[in-house]
Amino acid sequence: MALKGLDIFKLTPKTNCKDCGVPTCMAFSMKVAQGALPIDACPHMTPEAIAQLTDATAPPMKTVHIGVGDAAHTLGGETVLMRHDKTFVSKSLYAVRLTDDMPAEVIDARLTEVAALDYERIGERMTTDLLFVSHGGGTADAYVALVEKARTAGRTLVLDVTDEEIAKAALAKVAGAGPVLHGATPDNYEAFYALASDADVALGVRASSLAELHDTVEALEKLGTKRLILDVGCASAKEAFAGAVQIRRAAISGGDRSFGYPSLVNIATLAAGNHHLATALASLFTLKYGSIIVLEKLDYALSLPLHGLRQNIFTDPQKPMKVDPGVYPLNGADPSAICAITCDFALTYFVVSGEFERSGVPTNLLISDAGGYSVLTSWAAGKFTASSIAKFIAEAGIEDKVTSRTLVIPGKVAVLKGELEEKLPGWTIVVGPNEAIQIVKFINELSA
Amino acid sequence: MSFVPEKQVFKSSIDVLEIGTGETSVKLGGQSVWPLYAFDGPLVNPPRVGIQISDLGCAGAIAGIQDYYADCADIAAQTIRAAEVPGAEFVCLILEGADPNGADRSVAETVELVKTVAAACPLPLTIAGCGSAEKDAELFEALAEELEGRNVLFLSATEDNYKALGAAVVLAWGQKLAAESAVDINLAKQLNLLLGQIGVPNSALAMNVGCAVAGYGFEYVASTMERVKITALGQNDAALQIPIITPVGTDAWTVKESMAEEADFPEWGSREERGISFEVATAAACLAAGADAVLLRHPESVSTIATLIGLLTEGGE
Repeated sequence: MALKGLDIFKLTPKTNCKDCGVPTCMAFSMKVAQGALPIDACPHMTPEAIAQLTDATAPPMKTVHIGVGDAAHTLGGETVLMRHDKTFVSKSLYAVRLTDDMPAEVIDARLTEVAALDYERIGERMTTDLLFVSHGGGTADAYVALVEKARTAGRTLVLDVTDEEIAKAALAKVAGAGPVLHGATPDNYEAFYALASDADVALGVRASSLAELHDTVEALEKLGTKRLILDVGCASAKEAFAGAVQIRRAAISGGDRSFGYPSLVNIATLAAGNHHLATALASLFTLKYGSIIVLEKLDYALSLPLHGLRQNIFTDPQKPMKVDPGVYPLNGADPSAICAITCDFALTYFVVSGEFERSGVPTNLLISDAGGYSVLTSWAAGKFTASSIAKFIAEAGIEDKVTSRTLVIPGKVAVLKGELEEKLPGWTIVVGPNEAIQIVKFINELSA
Repeated sequence: MSFVPEKQVFKSSIDVLEIGTGETSVKLGGQSVWPLYAFDGPLVNPPRVGIQISDLGCAGAIAGIQDYYADCADIAAQTIRAAEVPGAEFVCLILEGADPNGADRSVAETVELVKTVAAACPLPLTIAGCGSAEKDAELFEALAEELEGRNVLFLSATEDNYKALGAAVVLAWGQKLAAESAVDINLAKQLNLLLGQIGVPNSALAMNVGCAVAGYGFEYVASTMERVKITALGQNDAALQIPIITPVGTDAWTVKESMAEEADFPEWGSREERGISFEVATAAACLAAGADAVLLRHPESVSTIATLIGLLTEGGE
């Protein structure tokens, strides 16, 4: 909710003391309203005024921190409903569910899978983010034993348990690792509020309807916590989707602070036993407002598209995705393989490298630093020119890394051929096709 | 005070496109709510799933797809088998074989092949070209005449051939046409306007606003589709009130992760599983962003996405 300068001015001391570095209290208030200065830049504000203003200028959705060290994550803090308006800030986290009524070998298999899923994609480490440890009705000892076992995986845990005593016993073992206590219901929220605040952990809230969820959140807020995660419900996929959208919409465009929290979507329950349906739902909730997405299993087949999709969606719409400049050997290319060059815009790289891979022809793909723009855009901006390419080849030591002296350039910058031949003595410059889709045919003919 | 969800119903709606005839005909579009938001208001027509087959048969397809069509003696049998996949509401025949850079089948040859497919196909038919604007124009002109009365959707008209296709496919032979643009709302709108200028009504059009596979620049697809829908519904822009149809199956099976053999990347597991996963994840993301229909290749992907749509829209509002 935007606060007007005048509303802020009413709370200032109105002394024009300049201690904040601005000539007048009115000017200071205007700057605060624009977000140019924090309220506490004025040393004379009363604590009550600061509290009042902090609340009014707070973002529509709280940011919730969970986990510690390498397993620490940030949830929430979103300000828009669509990514082209402004960057989505906290990426969806993927959790794998373990329950105490699973056979031991299934639990072991899941944990082995969690350990095995670990790779890098465009500079980001992809792995199972969280473990969702469910109390399936067994004894406290069995649940605590499972929690301790899950803990060895080194992931932040979500403790899915609504029994106070069992929750307390489990928390005692892992409270220091910043788990989520999931947790509170309309019946037990007072006890779970106490458990979560004593252990200093985030609290998950569930209820049988959105209205009941809202009431429970309000009650918890009255008790004094704002470190909550809201379960969107798992009666049906339709209801869960409606819940995820309506909670986020109420928070962002409806100004409803009690729904201004990250969400949790339990696909392990919604699509129990149907891995492909789980894939579809995980994709849907990655686009639409799932903060924690719980899955029965997360193998490479699911992770490769899902983590890739997440990496796409949670990017700054103003800033292009870039790949690192350098030599990318494709199809087992050795230093003698033919070279092709393009710019560092991630989309260009993916399309071009994909087509070269499809051709099966060993190729060293050179990626030049072109500011993250596409071929024509970077050429027009002077970032993908004969000079910049020659400079890249010299600075990156390409002539030491490859022995081939044939360089294919994108057809769209055919105009660079002459100048490149001058700047790169000893190299043969070949003009490639205009479109990536023509690469397979082109490179096969060239290497024939 | 108890929470009452706000309902976002727009005053504008997406135009309805009908393909096929009779009892099996399929309608796309119609809604005045955000894509898949059945809780805000009726979707009128839920998103649709089409199954892709190639005029080259299953050659080159993954073993699982080949197995599904294993006992099909010819393309007509494959068409019938494709139409049997649970959740498939229409068939999309891709004319790969006509590609001048590939098998380069002649127009006459292709027309004969399509005639057998059309005769066998119990569901509405859509026909995708080979990607060459010139060849597609020749093919579609001939096919639109040949299939008169079948109410076929042709994919796609581009800025290079829209005049010929708009005139022949829609105006002369009364078929339906998809306008294809490359992941850019302005290009999409411009092509729709150009088609409108030569007299093609919205009711004969679908849009293919482009696609990218999950992980391969999907942010552009998501934002393009979302902006198309918000402009069409929120700003009542008639030039964008056209249902979006998105081919997913063709690309999902060609990214590195769904092409790589298990022998080369043992930790990645079954190649077929990876391909289905890419196809399903990309299709679900397209539906979330605004696609009114998706085209998929693997029978399991078709059924999964149909199930997803069913679950999200069951019981109406």
